[in-house]
Amino acid sequence: MSNVDKTLSTQAATTEAPTQERYFQRFTSAQRWMHVILFTTFLGLAATGLPLRFSESPWAQMMASAVGGRGAILFFHKLCAVIMTLAFLNHVKDIFVSAFIRRQKGVFWGPTSMVANFKDAKDLVMHMRWFVGLGKRPQFERYAYWEKFDYWAVFWGMVIIGFSGYAMWFAPFFSTFLPGWALNAALVIHSEEGLLAILFIFMIHFVNTHLRPGSFPMDMVVFTGVESEHEYKTKRQLEYDRMVKEGKLESRLGTAPQKWEINVSRVVGFTAIAIGLTLLGLTISAYFY
Amino acid sequence: MKSTRIKLLIIPGLVLLLAATVGRAQSASDCLACHSDASLQDGSGKSVSVDEKKFHDSIHSGMKCVECHASIKGYPHPDKVEKVKCEGCHSDEASQLATSIHSSSKDHPCISCHGNAHEIVTKTDARSAVYALNIPKTCGQCHGNGGMAEKHGLKSVAPRYVDSIHGYALSKEGLLVAASCSSCHGSHHILSQKDPTSPTSKDNIPQTCGKCHAGTVANYMGGVHGKAIANGHNDAPVCSDCHTAHDIVEPTAAAFRSQSTPICGSCHKDKFTTYRDTFHSQLGSLGGYVETARCWDCHGAHEVLPTNDPRSPVNPKNLITTCGRCHAGANASFVKYQPHANAYDWKASPALYYIRLFMNILLFSVLSFFILHTILWLIRARLQQIQSSKKGGSHE
Repeated sequence: MSNVDKTLSTQAATTEAPTQERYFQRFTSAQRWMHVILFTTFLGLAATGLPLRFSESPWAQMMASAVGGRGAILFFHKLCAVIMTLAFLNHVKDIFVSAFIRRQKGVFWGPTSMVANFKDAKDLVMHMRWFVGLGKRPQFERYAYWEKFDYWAVFWGMVIIGFSGYAMWFAPFFSTFLPGWALNAALVIHSEEGLLAILFIFMIHFVNTHLRPGSFPMDMVVFTGVESEHEYKTKRQLEYDRMVKEGKLESRLGTAPQKWEINVSRVVGFTAIAIGLTLLGLTISAYFY
Repeated sequence: MKSTRIKLLIIPGLVLLLAATVGRAQSASDCLACHSDASLQDGSGKSVSVDEKKFHDSIHSGMKCVECHASIKGYPHPDKVEKVKCEGCHSDEASQLATSIHSSSKDHPCISCHGNAHEIVTKTDARSAVYALNIPKTCGQCHGNGGMAEKHGLKSVAPRYVDSIHGYALSKEGLLVAASCSSCHGSHHILSQKDPTSPTSKDNIPQTCGKCHAGTVANYMGGVHGKAIANGHNDAPVCSDCHTAHDIVEPTAAAFRSQSTPICGSCHKDKFTTYRDTFHSQLGSLGGYVETARCWDCHGAHEVLPTNDPRSPVNPKNLITTCGRCHAGANASFVKYQPHANAYDWKASPALYYIRLFMNILLFSVLSFFILHTILWLIRARLQQIQSSKKGGSHE
């Protein structure tokens, strides 16, 4: 991307901005529901898992008694886990269908794939150089490297935490093919990986995706599915340019989100962020007393 | 007052007449002629009346007043009479009391427990202050909230006893065999628990509890703790170390289950630390309705045996049965689970050690990298935003 192009596209954006702004589809309805199901069950798992990990903290006992004691807290943990597992399996099925049944291209490679490539490594380095003023900000395709990391962190997190969780839930069954010490390891893995997921989502994902300048206070695209042309171009210029070049830009045109859609998204989104930050605060407090 | 004075003049006249006919041997009825008057008082204003009916119902009804009030030789008797000495008849009790913690007769006269001397009934009579069901109330006069015992730095134990399983059985169910204060502490010869001959001294507690809980104590004496106590290892736990003395609750109650693990842990510190790292402890600490394994669910409670004893529930041969009590389908591989694994002990559990280490490094490195990444990004993005808005341009 040359400087001239960038200036041109920026000018285009500024001249178009005052008139009716165009909105483009980024996420399908299914993807947005997937996000809602994931963060709801994730918050549920975090809220019922953290009291177990920090079971001797006063807040842990309060939270457990709020839902009816240790029996209830484990029930809700398992309930959320089952729903999340179903969502995960559905996602794996979708990938399988797209890649092997419909034989769609670009699932495992190419600009729209979630699989990391050499450009992502370059982007990471260049992005960090830009942070400290050593270069230009890199331009991104459909999914930037930190978004891919988020995706894989969640993907592998679900596999690892899920597997270790079910191993403990159905311990006698799992021990028929796993050694006894694996049950000890299951709790260590489940607990540590769970804590990593919680800290990562509440400290990194919240800030990178929702709270950073440019998206603050919340990136609505994951709720409404659409983003303005200006956002599209500044955040994912390479994809935008590719769409223009391939003549597909118009096909991605969406409708501007309704007022109620934005309001519902805000209520839901801010509630989730507030719960997350509260849990983060409690988690950190557990290390101090 | 005035009427009393008049009576004081009239009644002696009548008594003189009676005395003349009966002679010097005064019977109870002679004395009651005056002392049955409910308003009768001595010079200092203290009541000297005797309830005739209650006296006749009492265990002492067959006795003459002068047998106890020995200083009275005839009528009229002096204004001041000597204090009654119960030990004249009850010499065994008196000598026991003299060497007990209640030896001061000034603070603990017989009547402080037995009640009004003219109304004492046998201890099997429900009206008696020392009737089994009335003992906690009687002792509680001093050993309750705000009682005399608190002034001596002793805890108020009677209300705690009443809430205990013994207190419940006694007061709520009226169970005469339920342990009350005297069942453990004795009655006239109560000694401080520091006294080695006291039934509540640590060494004697198994024997004291065993008066009722004979089978349990026999089990206990066969276990490691009982053997240690028998061999003079005084730091081993006795009944009251786990069950407490006055707050004993049902051992299956959630409250007891929750409080029991730290009690074992107060001696078995390393086992307690490792137990707390397990799911059993994590879930169990939260309080509620589902039970997780506590120390004694696996190790046994009274007859705790060493792991190498084939009868021990945690002997490798018995683990499938022991674990299987909660975990249906427990198998040979399942019971290899380490309920006291230490993920920081490389020698004892190397696999766990490396998994824990790997997870810690993963957590630390991912978070450190991304926290740095995010902070730098935030600063840069904000600077960019400020620059753009100064230029009047777009974001980023």
